[in-house]
Amino acid sequence: MLRSRLSKVACAAQRAFSTSPKALAAKQMTVRDGLNSALDDELARDDRVFLLGEEVAQYDGAYKVSRGLWKKYGDKRIIDTPITEMGFAGIAVGAAMAGLRPICEFMTFNFSMQAIDHVINSAAKTFYMSAGAVNVPIVFRGPNGASAGVAAQHSQCFAAWYAHCPGLKVVSPYDTEDARGLLKSAIRDPDPVVVLENELMYGVAFPVDETVTDVDFLVPLGKAKIMRPGKDITIVAHSKAVETALLSAAELAKKGIEAEVINLRSIRPLDMQTIFTSVRKTHHLITVENGWPQHGVGAEICARFMEDPAFFELDAPVWRCCGVDVPMPYAKTLELNALPREPDVTAAALKVLGKK
Amino acid sequence: MYRNVLTVLSAQLQQQVNRALKRFVSCTAAQLPRPLAPGHEEASVVRQEPYVEEVRLVRIFLEFKLYKLELGPDTLVALTAQEAALYMKQLLAIRRLEAASAQLYKERLVRGFCHLSTGQEACAVGLCSALRKEDNLIAGYRIHGLAYLMGATAKGVLSELTGKASGCAQGKGGSMHMYAPNFYGGNGIVGAQVSLGAGIALANKYRDTGGVCFALYGDGAANQGQIFECFNMAKLWKLPMVFVCENNNYGMGTSAWRSSSNTDYYTRGDFLPGIWVDGQDVLAVRSATRFAVQYAQQRGPLVMELCTYRYAGHSMSDPGTSYRTREEVNQVRQRQDPINRFRKVCLDMSLLTEKQLRIIDQSVREEMEQAIQAARHDEELPLSHLANDVYSGNCAELKLRGVHGHNLEHARSKATSMHN
Repeated sequence: MLRSRLSKVACAAQRAFSTSPKALAAKQMTVRDGLNSALDDELARDDRVFLLGEEVAQYDGAYKVSRGLWKKYGDKRIIDTPITEMGFAGIAVGAAMAGLRPICEFMTFNFSMQAIDHVINSAAKTFYMSAGAVNVPIVFRGPNGASAGVAAQHSQCFAAWYAHCPGLKVVSPYDTEDARGLLKSAIRDPDPVVVLENELMYGVAFPVDETVTDVDFLVPLGKAKIMRPGKDITIVAHSKAVETALLSAAELAKKGIEAEVINLRSIRPLDMQTIFTSVRKTHHLITVENGWPQHGVGAEICARFMEDPAFFELDAPVWRCCGVDVPMPYAKTLELNALPREPDVTAAALKVLGKK
Repeated sequence: MYRNVLTVLSAQLQQQVNRALKRFVSCTAAQLPRPLAPGHEEASVVRQEPYVEEVRLVRIFLEFKLYKLELGPDTLVALTAQEAALYMKQLLAIRRLEAASAQLYKERLVRGFCHLSTGQEACAVGLCSALRKEDNLIAGYRIHGLAYLMGATAKGVLSELTGKASGCAQGKGGSMHMYAPNFYGGNGIVGAQVSLGAGIALANKYRDTGGVCFALYGDGAANQGQIFECFNMAKLWKLPMVFVCENNNYGMGTSAWRSSSNTDYYTRGDFLPGIWVDGQDVLAVRSATRFAVQYAQQRGPLVMELCTYRYAGHSMSDPGTSYRTREEVNQVRQRQDPINRFRKVCLDMSLLTEKQLRIIDQSVREEMEQAIQAARHDEELPLSHLANDVYSGNCAELKLRGVHGHNLEHARSKATSMHN
């Protein structure tokens, strides 16, 4: 129920902002189908690629991301595992060390904590420890961040956790184009990549043109995307928070404020050049994320400004809009207020701009 | 007649060994493995170079114990003089390699961890001697000897310990992180290597290489949950792998019977078949490994327990005496030393002469001496390598962050890694 309402909001947001003739002409594709088609493309392209995880095969994926793939590729390429994250994540990493290209699905990233040793100690560090002898071409993917009404243990953003670790690349797609292009790049990458999807976005459709549906469409890892240009303030976000940022930008536009919205796409590497360039124009910056504030993505962006000449371009302190610093509550109103919403972002922008 | 006596003797001993360590160390010298060489009981072969050409048949002294298996490894095995010389050299090399490691540690040239496998040499030599070119190995943190046997040089191992650029991981891995072709390392996280090994086995099966992956872990690691997770998946997916529990009777300072409710580690795969092997006997380990290769390739995973003993402490900071007695260690050294036992077999079977053994020992000494010198005097990697090899592909960061900002160039030190 809530999810469908959120989807409507997202669709409305997307209608409000994607008004170029090209976009209007394009067909619609959900984030889920973007991911599914990316998996399909890469499974077809490289027979070293295989998918394993809980319910990925016969069940068609707990969130149907892998729908149809087991029927198409069979038991060898689409492997159902028992509920045993540490074991199957380790098996996936071992297979990657031995030259395969596993895609390890966590039903949600909350369960990746059971396996985080293999993500960090086995996958991220091996190339360095072996002085370049053993690389680990693996993708860890699954829904990340807060879903709706599933309480604390199932509502958490791992962007900061994984982005903390050298040796990993971490991406966090927002829309269909991101999801499809980033996942395809991640599968082709020779290093471990964590792909943080968002359950609430799976069912949301976005316009995609022919370049996006092309079998060789890739979104480069480590590059942000300007979702909406503006000259007055920069709003940086990732994943579902991009939607919040876009809604806020639309609200600010009503007040005559032109916000530039940057979709990070990649958390590590972090495309600071795009943010610096934007701030040289806008001189104001806020960050929006659904994760917790302390040592978060926004905190890192703030720190990077402190260390760069771009700091002197700022006319006001950077402000962060983050998830509230509490475990996620179950009750609806509490949950809604535990994440940054459009009015929060808009208020932050006005505050940073010194306006009411 | 001789054979019957031996069988009786062996049955008695087996009963003793079943009672774990107390029995294990209680064997008397007279009960040590006896070679059985039909026609060669009297060692009267002319002893001279080159090595004798005949094949000797040797009976494995301590019977294998089988779990959910009807047939086990061969207990009567063939041994040539060339093999005897090779195994002797490898056993001695590991013994001296570990002595050199301890020496370099005492000279304060080895930093941090240093785990010695002294006493466990027969496990490594017996295992590696039976691997085929398509088989793989992955292990825990006590791996100097394994790295050496799988292709790292003595210099590569010792220089890795002293952190030198000539180390097998250029000094970036240290004691626990050495790699070689088909050897996926030393792993510092206890138990993690078993899951990785199952993944390597999955890759073997996926690509139909015919290879079998041996994943080694200790009696301490045997209680890690992920090992049981992998027993399950390996069986479900019929992965060509062997779970090898090197039971040296102590996980750090906790004895097997204080850590494990079932110390028969070869039975702990539940639905997986298992073999108990005298890990102080090179030929027993080799025979069991050959059996395991065939079994795993044809029928899927199994567990192999190698009963062994570590002379040194857990690591260099552990004198190894607070949780066991010096007497216990000395008894194993005197009665169950893998090198002495194999030497006796070689001499009794007239496969090697005292002189040949001395020559082997001398060549090992020289090899190690050169390696020690390199490990002492070679240079560490230049600082420009600090930020190398974080990523194998496009790093995508303009610069990696140094202490004071994003100012480090990232590069790859090798043009290619194992698989890209």
